[in-house]
Amino acid sequence: MIAWDPNIELMPEAELKRMQFKLLKILVYRLYSFSNFYHNRMVEHGVHPDDITCLEDVVKLPFMVKSDLRDGYPDKIFTAEPEELVRYHVSSGTTGKPTVVGYTKHDLDMWTESLARALTSCGLGRGDVVQVAYGYGLFTGGLGLHYGAERIGATVVPASVGNTERQIELMQDLRVTAICCTPSYLAHIGETATKMGISIKDDTHLKTAILGAEPWSDQMRERIEEELGIKAYNIYGTSELSGPMFTDCSEQAGFHMWGDIALVEIIDPETGLSVPDGERGEMVVTILQKEALPIVRYRTGDITSIDRTPCECGRTHPRIARLSGRVDDMLIIRGINVFPSQVEHALLGIPEVSGNFMIEVYRVGALDQMLVKVELNPGAFSDKINDILDIRRKVGHTLKNMLNVSVDVEIREPGSLPRFEGKAKRVIDRRVL
Amino acid sequence: MDITKYTIKQISVFSENKPGRLAAIAGALQDEGINILAFSIAEANGFGVVRALVDLPEAAYKKLNAMGFMVSFTDVIAVKMRDVPGGLFEMASVLSEAEINIEYSYAYSGREAAVLILRVDRVDSAVEKILAHGGTLLSVDDFS
Amino acid sequence: METLKGEELHALQAKRLRWTVERAGNVPFYQKMLKEAGVRPEDIQTVDDVQKLPFTRKTDLQGGYPFGFMAVPMKEVVRIHTTSGTTGKPTVVGYTRQDLDNWSELIARNLTMIGLTDEDIFQNAVNYGLFTGGLGFHYGAEKLGMTVIPSATGNTRRQIEMIDDFGVTALHCTPSYAMHIAEVAEQIGTTLPTLKTGIFGAEPWSANMRKVLEEKLRLTSYDSYGMSEMYGPGAAFECPERNGLHIWHDMYLAEIIDPKTEEVLGPGERGELVVTPLMKEAMPLLRYRTGDITMFLEEDCPCGRGMKIARLHGRSDDMLVIRGINVFPSQIEHILRSVPEVGDEFLVYVDRVNHLDEMTIEVEINRNAFRGELEDLTRAQNKVVGALREALNLRTRVKLVEPDSLPRYEGKAKRVIDRRGDEL
Repeated sequence: MIAWDPNIELMPEAELKRMQFKLLKILVYRLYSFSNFYHNRMVEHGVHPDDITCLEDVVKLPFMVKSDLRDGYPDKIFTAEPEELVRYHVSSGTTGKPTVVGYTKHDLDMWTESLARALTSCGLGRGDVVQVAYGYGLFTGGLGLHYGAERIGATVVPASVGNTERQIELMQDLRVTAICCTPSYLAHIGETATKMGISIKDDTHLKTAILGAEPWSDQMRERIEEELGIKAYNIYGTSELSGPMFTDCSEQAGFHMWGDIALVEIIDPETGLSVPDGERGEMVVTILQKEALPIVRYRTGDITSIDRTPCECGRTHPRIARLSGRVDDMLIIRGINVFPSQVEHALLGIPEVSGNFMIEVYRVGALDQMLVKVELNPGAFSDKINDILDIRRKVGHTLKNMLNVSVDVEIREPGSLPRFEGKAKRVIDRRVL
Repeated sequence: MDITKYTIKQISVFSENKPGRLAAIAGALQDEGINILAFSIAEANGFGVVRALVDLPEAAYKKLNAMGFMVSFTDVIAVKMRDVPGGLFEMASVLSEAEINIEYSYAYSGREAAVLILRVDRVDSAVEKILAHGGTLLSVDDFS
Repeated sequence: METLKGEELHALQAKRLRWTVERAGNVPFYQKMLKEAGVRPEDIQTVDDVQKLPFTRKTDLQGGYPFGFMAVPMKEVVRIHTTSGTTGKPTVVGYTRQDLDNWSELIARNLTMIGLTDEDIFQNAVNYGLFTGGLGFHYGAEKLGMTVIPSATGNTRRQIEMIDDFGVTALHCTPSYAMHIAEVAEQIGTTLPTLKTGIFGAEPWSANMRKVLEEKLRLTSYDSYGMSEMYGPGAAFECPERNGLHIWHDMYLAEIIDPKTEEVLGPGERGELVVTPLMKEAMPLLRYRTGDITMFLEEDCPCGRGMKIARLHGRSDDMLVIRGINVFPSQIEHILRSVPEVGDEFLVYVDRVNHLDEMTIEVEINRNAFRGELEDLTRAQNKVVGALREALNLRTRVKLVEPDSLPRYEGKAKRVIDRRGDEL
């Protein structure tokens, strides 16, 4: 077995726990002393750094939730000096304001290191040609995997998203051996290749796929592996944690969460109490070495379970099972997180339509499609079809700007969409994973 | 029952959205002595489709095609409307019950009554249902 | 390096040129070309010996697709970028780790030259991915220790929000996108007070546009030049004098030639820029014909740095630059062929609407595809827009016109009507 950093990856469990405790202790003291946000939180919660006497004491610390990041917009929670910041990434918030994550050089380094270990554990290395088909830019997927693949010495093809036929041509012509993208996009690549008369299995050198940023299933993995003749690995991470960071190892039995980087808990989302290993609950993560935007007991909203038993691959770090759902109403459309509250927020700014809406999500071929139905305001009616089409375009454009996802828009008659008395159920998800 | 008798050939002409196109079409038909019985324009992004019922569809097709226009035939039906309140409702209900979708329609006032031109997704069933319900359809002969 | 002059500079250039010719020997294309020209690396004694070498054209690179021009084993290639070719297949450019490092150094050098430091906050509002503009500046700015916001393109309101909320001090984008940002900012009612430096490149812009941009955004703007074949952007850059671009003489040997006679021209004479990169490992190029029209400036720069070229305004071929993206009319033809609902004849209009490039393409509807339904036509229109967007990475306007209504050409077709002239 080849490990990127055997000293850490194969470290005996007891030693790893000692290391985690040490890092946690340093982190808590640092935040108590230097972070207004965490200091106040700890005081309100009645906990002092001295109360953390063992690793299990992490549960004494308060949770952090996504809205804390929104309230801290843009950099109120940062603990690095401005000149130490070398990068910002921005992801969707639950309403108008996005979530901002800042990075120091060390933060980028740890993120990249985490991925270098992960990609190596999937069997990738210097001889590989890696096509990064995640979006580049503010989204962490593209640049994250780009830096990770570059660190292990692979040849990186920064293909980004879109232009599927060109992606397939590049894959074939540049003898690409590994691709990083969403599982649905890879399925779409497979379908498009078939239409072009190209078999990914027989006509390309592809042997590995690193897939993530949206939910998928073991059945889908089997189908992709068989149809494309490759091994498909699951990758996990959100921008709050830094970005995509953890993958399955060659055993494909859950992703190793590097203990020196992340301390993982699984809790009951209702009670906030820990659940036993192997039981499902919400994943809560503390990033132990993060300088610019410290993350302590962050409630990811992802539902999964933890497995601390030894892995066949020899790595001692705990494994997290494939995600099985969300605690909240967040949707993931083509790898992008979408909250129905964002749609509502966007529609409020468009006088031609009412704030009443419905979202339908379905798959066309392998790709997610999101349809937003909105009601035309009677005052905006025109007998010119082009005027109505313009309103549709405007809604589509506004939503695309807000969500970073293209949506179909259907203009409906006033009063034709359902009204809700209690909790609105505005999403109909027809996708089968 | 001869359904084809009630299947009227509408000519549809592609036209860019710029001055003079309609005049060119109408002028050409006039030159050929072709009479336009009903007529509508549908607009889209930078172009439109001119739809017309004429007394000599084949001749119109030939002429416009020779002039370089893009022309095609579309099957429509022509319903004679009773000139009383609820006339349209009656007709629309018949089609609605049979789950026949009206894709577009336009009307003209004929010699005796208003005539509704309908483009539907299932022409044959529409003809059957309307006749069965006692409606009056114009036939190909009425237009020549 | 930046201020190296005379004998010392020439000696360095000659040494690096010889090294480059040696490396080029690993590429079968150059092996053959050098043999035919009867040139061996040891024949390169002075800088002027570059004239013994034959030219390399874009079509040569396309002929070597995909890896024909790599001078190192693939496992030493850590990055691949591609650029649009004149037809379907792109041009492939490879980089070793050293190449990436040289390139980042070069950009960091440019940014330092215009006064940026690790305290600056840098918004990189250009395309990332295969286009070199995004990752090139990203790495260079990171090397300098600036805070990089990889905002990429699109969502102008969010871009403006970020400039304000993060206190962005330096912005990199195409000049036309900068103009758009300025106008949207005006509508929103923000003056973007933190911005002080604008780096604009990837498309030509005039002195007039510079004046307007600087007034609207209240910043100092700098022109950047480069192309993937020369690593990417950063090969030439304006210094604070802002009168011409320093083409970095330690990394590139530049010549200006008459594109027709191939005669080498002197300072002050306008012609095509020909470049021999002096430090490229993965993909050495000899006398690469850039297709860009410029000239060497005759006067020395008061800043003391080396040779300058005039800002670029034209091309020696029919390549269009639309919102920073290179488009060849032959590509459009290629794409239209794949859409059966329309014919192959087309006419491209390029306009500036609100300072943004707009490309409108008129295509003829295919007679056989017309069934009389409006919906079919709208679908065909959307299909063409989609195919163009996929292949060119550009949003275009498509106008359906009647069959046989576009002009036909017997000789060289003139399919592009560029109406941006007055505003450039």
